[in-house]
Amino acid sequence: MSGDAVVDVLVIGGGNAALCAALMAREAGASVLLLESAPRAWRGGNSAHTRNLRCMHDAPQDVLVDAYPEEEFWQDLLKVTGGLTNEHLARLVIRESSTCRPWMRRHGVHFQPALAGTLHVARTNAFFMGGGKALVNAYYRSAEQLGVQIRYEAPVERIEMEGPRFVAAHLANGERIAAKSCVLAAGGFESNREWLREAWGQNERGEWPADNFLIRGTAYNKGVLLKHLLDDHGADRIGDPTQAHMVAIDARAPLYDGGICTRIDCVSLGVVVNRAGERFYDEGEDFWPKRYAIWGRLVAQQPGQVGYSIIDSKAIGRFMPPVFPGVKADTLPELAQKLGLPVDTFMCTLTGYNAACRVGQFDHTTLDDCHTEGVAPAKTHWARPIDTGPFYGYALRPGVTFTYLGLHTDDTAAVRFNNQPSPNLFVAGEMMAGNVLGKGYTAGVGMSIGTAFGRIAGTQAALASKRPVALVEHASNATKQGANHANA
Amino acid sequence: MQTLEALTRDARALANGDIVLSAPETEVARQLQICNACRYCEGFCAVFPAMTRRLEFGKADIHFIANLCHNCGACLHACQYAPPHEFAVNIPQAMAQVRGQTYADYAWPPALGQLYQRNGLTLALALVAGLTLFLLLAVVLHGQGIAALWQAPVGGFYGIFPHNLLVGLFAPVFLFAVLALGLGVRRFWRDVTPATSGAPLSAPATAEATDAVLRLKYLDGGHGDGCHNEDDAYTLSRRRMHHLTFYGFMLCFAATSVATLYHYLLALPAPYDLPSLPKLLGGIGGVSLAVGTAGLWRLNLRRHPQHGDAAQKPMDRAFIALLFLTATSGLALWAVRGTAGLPLLLCLHLGAVMALFATMPYGKFAHGIFRTASLLRHAVEKRQPNPIGLGAD
Repeated sequence: MSGDAVVDVLVIGGGNAALCAALMAREAGASVLLLESAPRAWRGGNSAHTRNLRCMHDAPQDVLVDAYPEEEFWQDLLKVTGGLTNEHLARLVIRESSTCRPWMRRHGVHFQPALAGTLHVARTNAFFMGGGKALVNAYYRSAEQLGVQIRYEAPVERIEMEGPRFVAAHLANGERIAAKSCVLAAGGFESNREWLREAWGQNERGEWPADNFLIRGTAYNKGVLLKHLLDDHGADRIGDPTQAHMVAIDARAPLYDGGICTRIDCVSLGVVVNRAGERFYDEGEDFWPKRYAIWGRLVAQQPGQVGYSIIDSKAIGRFMPPVFPGVKADTLPELAQKLGLPVDTFMCTLTGYNAACRVGQFDHTTLDDCHTEGVAPAKTHWARPIDTGPFYGYALRPGVTFTYLGLHTDDTAAVRFNNQPSPNLFVAGEMMAGNVLGKGYTAGVGMSIGTAFGRIAGTQAALASKRPVALVEHASNATKQGANHANA
Repeated sequence: MQTLEALTRDARALANGDIVLSAPETEVARQLQICNACRYCEGFCAVFPAMTRRLEFGKADIHFIANLCHNCGACLHACQYAPPHEFAVNIPQAMAQVRGQTYADYAWPPALGQLYQRNGLTLALALVAGLTLFLLLAVVLHGQGIAALWQAPVGGFYGIFPHNLLVGLFAPVFLFAVLALGLGVRRFWRDVTPATSGAPLSAPATAEATDAVLRLKYLDGGHGDGCHNEDDAYTLSRRRMHHLTFYGFMLCFAATSVATLYHYLLALPAPYDLPSLPKLLGGIGGVSLAVGTAGLWRLNLRRHPQHGDAAQKPMDRAFIALLFLTATSGLALWAVRGTAGLPLLLCLHLGAVMALFATMPYGKFAHGIFRTASLLRHAVEKRQPNPIGLGAD
């Protein structure tokens, strides 16, 4: 920014939600400046790691098969969140997901049929061709062509408010950027190790569990503005700081940006033991795609925040190939030794499990009848003795995808203070996903929320930038009604 | 008996298990292990669907997949693991390096595979040699000394070089190029076939692969907007310029073939004039080849530095330049016909064509042959049941 002219809409953040907001605001005629804290090579935040969008549709729609009606989407969301959601906002997201794709296409996003190994979501999720980074590239390119100003390596440290009204953002380098309205879409706080440590605290074993978490996504989601808004400006909050989309991933994954490929997909085909060599949860409770999102938390609760997925040769070729080769051994005791597990306890667990297996017709594509009897915890499907060498072991760690603590909002995407909407400060993406997704996860819903609220926030910010300041009070009363509806 | 069995087993293990991968092959295997756990790029091209049929990548798999890659750049720009990520995934580059190795490894005779090492120099020397040959011939044949090079010839260009002399020079070189490329790709085919289901070619597979080759399907990005050149924007320019080059070349080749038929079957010797078929084919082909190669040259200069193998740039550019020289000198012959400019220009043109054919089995031309072979094997393999059954489906 040259500095003199006040920009209409300032977008803080550089991922999917921020880009959707910037594009919508620009299309509505506002001048837009987007500030991405990361360098260009790392732009896009967690969106660069995503691959699809969960979409409502009443009939087959290009890459989407069959139908996925609003009610079914809502029930799925209700189930995974255990009710920790807001029906009004959730249905807003769901409906928006059924209409946003032509707009996405116009901005260069390409869709493709479900990937090999993901046919279970061919009905519900529209895959981005090339994944989220291709989507992010397309949006940046479109934004540049439309005249959105983009600055990289521009982390915002704090914002300047007048009551509930946004005035300006202050960059880490001391620069002040004023704007008529602002969209906050700067992500969660998952890469802020200190905050994670503080949120998760110390457990009964005296451990700080969060110290052993890996971050599946960007290193740039430090939650600086989230903390600033909550602590310094008293913005209304939603969600619990320990809630996050957390998956069990390969313990050898990099600390940040391991992304999709670090997942371990063989859990349901074998057993998982903890550091003590004992099992701790039903590995065959349901299909892995429906269970992977609970295993991060399960592993986080184990001593040392580590688990070990153990399979035998019968499982090879039946799950998505892992990025790192497993630890391989010809016998189970040798495997235990190589993994650094207590051999006696490990063998006791495996022998007990093997003896308890009641093998019927094994079929890893259905909820089959292979189960255990007389061991705790039981394994309720796909239970086959682990007896055919060579054996493989994968160490698991909790991998945080994104956090759910956020800013409370309404159907205008306004940031709220004392349950009153700000006239010109809006929020989208991970910073508000907790309004819809209080806990749990279902594939592609983060992108649905980011896209829906990014678009709403962009539209609202463009409108707010055109409203004379004097009329703002009136406008905020109008949005309050929406908020009351949201809280109803 | 037992000893014999043990020996056989050991020999087999040595033969099967201990195939040592080269550094570029090891790098492809490493990267594909990462890609196979991600798979976001599946829609772009044939590389990734071929990859998902495998859990491990042996030497033959790697050569097969590397030659499926068209270096379009889509997977690099879309990659969450591309540099600066520590996984440093750059599939277009890793594949290009293995392709370079494929061409050299499968060259026939094997000793000439070394010509790939400094390919720009190889082609330059071939051009100088071709040019020298025809200049000397022109001077020697006419007994007028060096003046033969700037005198309007009597009887058109056959007045400079008799038809039979040209046939005697070009036919063996051309036939050798065909033989060398054929033997090379036959060995490649034999190595790759067992790794790609072993099934024989079928008509539908052949039709599909032929379509992919002739339309350059895998430069369309999977969505039709094209591939990448200098940045993350999609462009159809590479595909179009390649089409102009390829079809221009084929038209020129057709012009020569038709002219040969005219000469021997219809007793109609050159030169031909419009609207004769050889002239039409050659004229359109020459212009198309000149425009296409000029476009490819420009695109090559602007190409994103992370695309492909920088070490192969001299090979790419020398080949493009030689094709351009062939096309433009051929077109220029038309213009200078009957003038004193003809002898020199004809030497240049024939020298370029000679260099092109002589180096064909040891230069960039090979990419089309090996890629076609891989696309054929891919079309066969994809029709076989997938050996991998993933639980997630």
